[in-house]
Amino acid sequence: MSEHHDHDHPHPVLSDSEDKLSYYQLMEVAVRELLIEKGILTADEVRRQIEDMDGRNAGLGAKMVARAWVDPAYKQRMLTDGNAAAEEVGLDHGAYKLVVVENTPAVHNVIVCTLCSCYPRWLLGLPPDWYKSRNYRSRVVREPRAVLGEFGLRLPDSVAVRVHDSNADMRYLVLPMRPAGTDAWGEERLAGLATRDCMIGVALPDSPQS
Amino acid sequence: MSAAALPIRFKPGERVRVRAAHPPGHVRTPSYVRGHCGIVERLCGRYANPEELAYARGGLPAQPLYRVRFAQRELWPDYAGSPGDTVDVELYQHWLEPPGKEHP
Repeated sequence: MSEHHDHDHPHPVLSDSEDKLSYYQLMEVAVRELLIEKGILTADEVRRQIEDMDGRNAGLGAKMVARAWVDPAYKQRMLTDGNAAAEEVGLDHGAYKLVVVENTPAVHNVIVCTLCSCYPRWLLGLPPDWYKSRNYRSRVVREPRAVLGEFGLRLPDSVAVRVHDSNADMRYLVLPMRPAGTDAWGEERLAGLATRDCMIGVALPDSPQS
Repeated sequence: MSAAALPIRFKPGERVRVRAAHPPGHVRTPSYVRGHCGIVERLCGRYANPEELAYARGGLPAQPLYRVRFAQRELWPDYAGSPGDTVDVELYQHWLEPPGKEHP
């Protein structure tokens, strides 16, 4: 197929979205270039860090959840000291303290950061866009059942909804209930049920029985 | 913590009120809990005061940080969900006081 047709007219050039940098994008570029110029960071270190951040995903948190589902003693340690439990499965928690909150037949937990978008990135990867939206952040503390309903999760009144505002130095992970019909499942297969949204608390793990 | 560590004023299970203050600057106490009462769920540890850290100061002595549980109906009188629904919020000790006189 020919790429060319006979032209005597110019085509408009589509502008790249990077053409116009915002104030903070410009500041980031300026600071990064200064740090590299002054030898404090190398471009490769910056690249590695971005690659590392983008490479994290909810599979890390799912590993902890699956372990808690098969090992009650681990689950207890995880509820007492989330960081120690993360270390046990080889995860590096960084500077923040992890609080794991357990769903039970009587309590459903859901996480938000109303002030910004605090999120356990080291366990779940980058937060979804809706988690950072003003809509989710302002409404889930005010009308959590309506918001959960919009995610397709309707809970009976007999289940208390416990919202956790991740507004300061803690980071949160919801430990969902192990779905029925998985008694014979191993840790790796179970981990596949613990999705990101289940660990934020806007969904429940699929049950193979339903 | 050093000898200068701030004493722990509140215990889990204790009822506390969030100061109804509105200082300028970087504050990590959400507006929706200010002036409201809740129950201390746990002490999380001591953390440098973010109101100072935001301006490149040290934030010391570190403030005890609690998780405080609020009944949804305490925060939003027209709350439509179940009476057992709650919100847990992290609050630094200098934002908390004894409940004192209850609102009518």
